[in-house]
Amino acid sequence: MSDNFSINREDILLSVENLSISFGGLKAVDGFSMSIRRGELYGLIGPNGAGKTTVFNLLTGVYKPDTGSIVLDGKNITGKKTTEINHEGIARTFQNIRLFNNLSVLDNVKAALDERYTYGLLDSIFRTPKFRRMERELDEKALSILKVFDLDKLAEYKASQLPYGQQRKLEIARALATEPKLILLDEPAAGMNPQETAELMDTIALIRKEFSMTILLIEHDMKLVSGICERLTVLNFGQILTEGETRTVLNDPEVIKAYLGD
Amino acid sequence: MKLKYRKRALRYNLITYGMVIFFYVLWEIMMNTGNMSSLMKGMLVSLCYYSMLAVSLNLVVGISGELSLGHAGFMCIGAFTGAIFAMTIGAALPGWLELLIAIILGALVSAAFGFLIGIPVLRLRGDYLAIVTLAFGEIIKNVINVVYFGIDSRGPHISFKDSLSLGLEPDGVTIIKGAQGISRLPRNATFTLGIILLLISLFIVLNLINSRHGRAIMAIRDNRIAAESIGISASKYKMLAFVIASSIAGVAGVLYSHNLSTLQSTSANFGYNQSIMILVFVVLGGIGNIRNSVIAATILTILPEKLRFLDDYRMLIYAVVLIAMMLFNSAPSAIEFRARMAAKFARRKNSAEVDDER
Repeated sequence: MSDNFSINREDILLSVENLSISFGGLKAVDGFSMSIRRGELYGLIGPNGAGKTTVFNLLTGVYKPDTGSIVLDGKNITGKKTTEINHEGIARTFQNIRLFNNLSVLDNVKAALDERYTYGLLDSIFRTPKFRRMERELDEKALSILKVFDLDKLAEYKASQLPYGQQRKLEIARALATEPKLILLDEPAAGMNPQETAELMDTIALIRKEFSMTILLIEHDMKLVSGICERLTVLNFGQILTEGETRTVLNDPEVIKAYLGD
Repeated sequence: MKLKYRKRALRYNLITYGMVIFFYVLWEIMMNTGNMSSLMKGMLVSLCYYSMLAVSLNLVVGISGELSLGHAGFMCIGAFTGAIFAMTIGAALPGWLELLIAIILGALVSAAFGFLIGIPVLRLRGDYLAIVTLAFGEIIKNVINVVYFGIDSRGPHISFKDSLSLGLEPDGVTIIKGAQGISRLPRNATFTLGIILLLISLFIVLNLINSRHGRAIMAIRDNRIAAESIGISASKYKMLAFVIASSIAGVAGVLYSHNLSTLQSTSANFGYNQSIMILVFVVLGGIGNIRNSVIAATILTILPEKLRFLDDYRMLIYAVVLIAMMLFNSAPSAIEFRARMAAKFARRKNSAEVDDER
């Protein structure tokens, strides 16, 4: 899978040090560290309630960490707002799909391109030539992204009218439209049947190829994890249980114990 | 891949403008040929400002998705800004120039208040936002209700007690007399002016909706967390919608104040009942549907007047009409029925086109 691009072993894109957050007395994430190389497909796994989504929310600025630092591409982004972190280059999808349901499929992607095709309020109201030109470019750009996911034929449907699997794809397309350096996928296979999961694996392989994207993935589906992830971190009760190459980690007795119990 | 949405939006907008212009021409003709009751004549301007209020509130409630219950407050600010200008500097100007400046001032002052009130209000969500906007609307109305304002050679004076404590020189004039408000206003608003302002409001709101700004506002409405995750600043775009809506409400207020000889800040004019009534226009017309806001505002303003002959039964029938409109607009079976009719109509039109080609 990694034959189309080369990974520089030392080229770290995201480096997280000693990240912690508590809610009340509960340490949801405690001393979390990880580093992801450019172009890598990294997995974050763990039992329910281990704190995986909390890590995502910390990385994207939904929560502010109590301690620790997050450095993306050499730039410290700890404590920044969600919008700023997106501008720095992290985009995400959600465990329970969050689309703009009343907007068209096309507009979902165009909304994500908002920062890249800016025209002023007066351009909007008076329909200036700049407005027309930019809107045309926006349409083309959005359609080209949708085409990668085979969604361009459905561009003018409402997002809520799409079937589940395609809503997932649209969410990924929308995240990619912001041209991130790193994309976070929160349980992309949740609620999918085996066939849809297989299709999703193809989609993920496709975005790595087309957009040469670095991906961090939360997943429960072990088949998906072992099939595509290169390295893993296993989280349990907010703390790192183990990390390393996928095969080694999945055969670790500690990991098996955490998942299946004693 | 050919996209149709732009054509669809254009058609919607043109039908909306066309509808407004059609009724303007119709009613102008009726008025000039003497076929219009004096009751109706008296309502024409109010139809315009109620439509503007409904359109602007729909921008907040329907497009931005925030339930605001203080819209009449911004109308009040615009009305008093316009009236004060008309009674002071504007009194010396020709009528049209006075109106033009009053409208611009009303828009700017209301927008400024919309911005200031928006800072605390837009941090809230749902019910809390509704309650606080309701409170701000009442505060604006009640503060203006007790203000005394006068001007003399030394400049403007404000008091919250009575006219005497303004301490005006003999040449001074009291402009706002507390609860008595402002009297002897020029009353120079016309139906034509109202229609022009309504068309401008529609133009601004409709074009805004079909732009990147509108897209961002609606994205935040649909899912704020997702919108922020793709780099859209929720507070910025919510504020944009709120300020533009306040500004249009302010202009509606200027129109209102120039349609009266005496302007008072009472509950009947700018209280929460008024805000709720504007909300009723928006909800019954269909949340997010700008054209229907104009239709609902027009019907629901004319109706109570036309029903006067029913005396005691008037509000009863009015309520029945409200329920019927609500069902027609929002009931799932009614929506399905309309979709079916539209499909049937489209099929007939398509087959007619095929026939033409043969």
